[in-house]
Amino acid sequence: MNSLLRGNAMASKLRGAAPSGTWQLFAGLTFLLLISPWFLYPLFLTKVLCFALFATAFNLLIGFGGLMSFGHAAFFGIASYIAAYCARTWGVPPELAIPLAVAGAAVLGVLIGALAIRRQGVYFSMITLALAQMVYFLCVQLPFTGGEDGIQGGVRLPFLGLFELNNDWGSYYFCAVVFLAGTWFAHRVVHSPFGQVIQAIRDNEPRAISLGYNVYRYKLTLFALSAGLSGLAGGLKATLFQVASLPDVHWSMSGEVLLISLIGGVGTQLGPLVGAFVVIAIEHYLAPFGSWVTITQGVAFIAVVVLFPKGIVGSWGSRVPGLFRSRAQAAVHSPPKQD
Amino acid sequence: MFEKTIKRSPAGVALDTTGAHPAGLAIRELDGWYDDSHVLHAVSLSVLPGEVVTLVGRNGAGKTTTLRAIIGLLRKKRGSIRFGSADIGDLGPRDIARLGIAYVPEERGIYARLNVLENLRLPPVLRQGGMTEAQIFALFPNLQERLSSMGTQLSGGEQQMLAIARVLRTGSRFILLDEPTEGLAPVIVQKIRDTLMHLRSLGYTLLLVEQNLQFAASITDRYCVLETGRVVDTFDNLNAHHAHAQLRRYLSV
Amino acid sequence: MSELFGVPMTALAGQLMLGIINGAFYAILSLGLAVVFGLLNVINFAHGAQYMLGALVAWALLNSWGISYWWSLLLAPMAVGAIGLVLEKFLIARVAYDHRYGMLVTYGLALIAQGLVRDHFGAAGLPYSVPEALRGGVDLGFVFAPYYRVWVVAASLTLCVLTYLCIEKTPLGANLRAATENGALAECFGINVKLLSTLTYGAAVALAAFAGVLAAPMYSVNPVMGADLIIVVFAVVVIGGMGSLSGAVVAGLGLGIAEGLTKTFYPPASNIVIFIIMAVVLTLRPAGLFGRDKG
Repeated sequence: MNSLLRGNAMASKLRGAAPSGTWQLFAGLTFLLLISPWFLYPLFLTKVLCFALFATAFNLLIGFGGLMSFGHAAFFGIASYIAAYCARTWGVPPELAIPLAVAGAAVLGVLIGALAIRRQGVYFSMITLALAQMVYFLCVQLPFTGGEDGIQGGVRLPFLGLFELNNDWGSYYFCAVVFLAGTWFAHRVVHSPFGQVIQAIRDNEPRAISLGYNVYRYKLTLFALSAGLSGLAGGLKATLFQVASLPDVHWSMSGEVLLISLIGGVGTQLGPLVGAFVVIAIEHYLAPFGSWVTITQGVAFIAVVVLFPKGIVGSWGSRVPGLFRSRAQAAVHSPPKQD
Repeated sequence: MFEKTIKRSPAGVALDTTGAHPAGLAIRELDGWYDDSHVLHAVSLSVLPGEVVTLVGRNGAGKTTTLRAIIGLLRKKRGSIRFGSADIGDLGPRDIARLGIAYVPEERGIYARLNVLENLRLPPVLRQGGMTEAQIFALFPNLQERLSSMGTQLSGGEQQMLAIARVLRTGSRFILLDEPTEGLAPVIVQKIRDTLMHLRSLGYTLLLVEQNLQFAASITDRYCVLETGRVVDTFDNLNAHHAHAQLRRYLSV
Repeated sequence: MSELFGVPMTALAGQLMLGIINGAFYAILSLGLAVVFGLLNVINFAHGAQYMLGALVAWALLNSWGISYWWSLLLAPMAVGAIGLVLEKFLIARVAYDHRYGMLVTYGLALIAQGLVRDHFGAAGLPYSVPEALRGGVDLGFVFAPYYRVWVVAASLTLCVLTYLCIEKTPLGANLRAATENGALAECFGINVKLLSTLTYGAAVALAAFAGVLAAPMYSVNPVMGADLIIVVFAVVVIGGMGSLSGAVVAGLGLGIAEGLTKTFYPPASNIVIFIIMAVVLTLRPAGLFGRDKG
């Protein structure tokens, strides 16, 4: 069970250079994404990829940084609103609307992260939740979000004036490209010198501090990167589905991305995609049964923590033996009374 | 590691061939680990009822670890620990306490959120024959004056006395004490020695860890020397000079 | 004077009373959260759902068996508390060694409870009328004080005080405090810390359910009545810290009053003012107002 929130495949990759197998992974992924729409509905796949990107961003923070945020809906939702508002109100094309959304999410990430990182453990999680709830209430009240109705409609403008987005297949391939780009970006973050320091902090924060690293600033940077990438997912979703509404910014959305990460396998490379596929598929299947989506998700949370802490990808083909947290990290996070 | 002659308990009861008395402690070939760190190696040790045995050794020799293993706080172990006829190796601290072993830890463990009286009454009475509060206050009169103070408002010496006092209520007759005189003024050390001698005269069995060899020499029946997790020697304290020479050999005293 | 900063005294007094009531609920719930976290190292995300279940059981008792409000005050906490005992023993105890796992599992429990209730009873609120004996109110001149609201404040504050006394002044409370401070050593004395944990969780759940029964006649009984509430309570415990029980109560009450005042003078900010205060406290005193926290 200790393995649940520990970086899995990422933990073994401590060198800065991209590890062997990366090119194969991305090639395989590209191929898979290329041929998928012949087997599954493109619209469904687009939704899966948006959430897979969201989970990739989330995974940066929880799987790699070891920080469990319960408020990522704020970044996803705000970006979603920004992108939709720009497109519908000002006719801004996606190549501008989406970056704007990312920027907005990143700024919000800095603001929320700056406060949340001041506390550890459960307090961090509770603070992210509380601040995201504040964002939710603001979105309920502020006029630009359209309140209960949200922002809807608007034409899907072509990307860079060339790439048509107003049909399902065009949307899907655009989404796939952005997803691959986002995944590659996350990959680069993990395997950079910055990433190495983050790992050191996660494994033994007191030691990193004693070595002179400004731990606060590293964590904040990671938080902002995670928020910005979540914003990419949100902006993408709003652009392709032409809707931004309150559920995007509600705490249940935070829970959803958390569940996707857990089911897929925290800290794994393919976890977000697999997890998103499973969760979105279940949602679609159970949609007619309303509350049963919630109930199933609740059961899934418990089942994953108690029975399958490594998630789907982590349990299958994990190359890293012994996924226990380092003793030092355990000492930081456990109360003294535990044996 | 064990005397070759027939051993008798202080009460004169003959013991069985393994050296264990129905209510004594017998540790055989105990290995212990903290996570992956192998800290105890084939430790064998016996404590007869009514005896006072002191574990000595340099820092990190495994003395505290041995006590923790006995009381059940060291989970990863191999080998046998028997208390009386019971095998306690797989038991948790609660069950071991209920069998009659009491623990006075090195850090004393006085609770800051409880006052002195609450600290004193915290350990439940587990068997008959424990001291009454009146008897305890007779033994430690200065505690009676501080009953409503919060636990950590007491001085080090008072905390140590409280840590000993509270286990005397439980009725347990086998007490583990980890460095009971550490950091205490000579006057308090004397008081603790008198207390432990008194307990010994009442038939209590004491297993101590001590760095203060002078203190140990004044009360112990037997020494057990530990070095890097291994028992290197045990010898009795009948001849103080001889014992002291032995200790000097091992500890460069 | 009948006005304060342009707001009529009646409105101010009315909102203050509501603020105190909300504060009392925040106090009870954060007390329960703090006690559970201190001993079990678990953030009980399901606390809001357990509060909702208390209200629901009261409604069910009344509608199915005609059992009165007064009996519900006793029976609902017992029923929901019993569920809590079972949950702790078989589920929560298994994940208590990591606070994040505890938070995830209790989040899952909250979702299940909410989903089941919504599935069975719908999303709309179920009405629950104020008991006969407490209908009406007293006119104090500057404000009309409904008996029921006075009762709620009195009952919840009494409960907070009783809980506090039980923990700080009784031998059972001494066991709880000791187990919270150093459970491993408490075990060495023969104290059954596992049983204590189970009972404590059950008691905290019963406390939440009691608050739910109190809430039923005031707010309609609906599946999400606890969800938004628990998030606010999280902010309360971040502000007040979970190391001090009296701190949790004081913070809860104070923030409820702050919320009520905001509702009077600047209503748009009323549902976020507590979060804003949390942000301010985090900037100025990251360790929380009452210290004694671990991290």
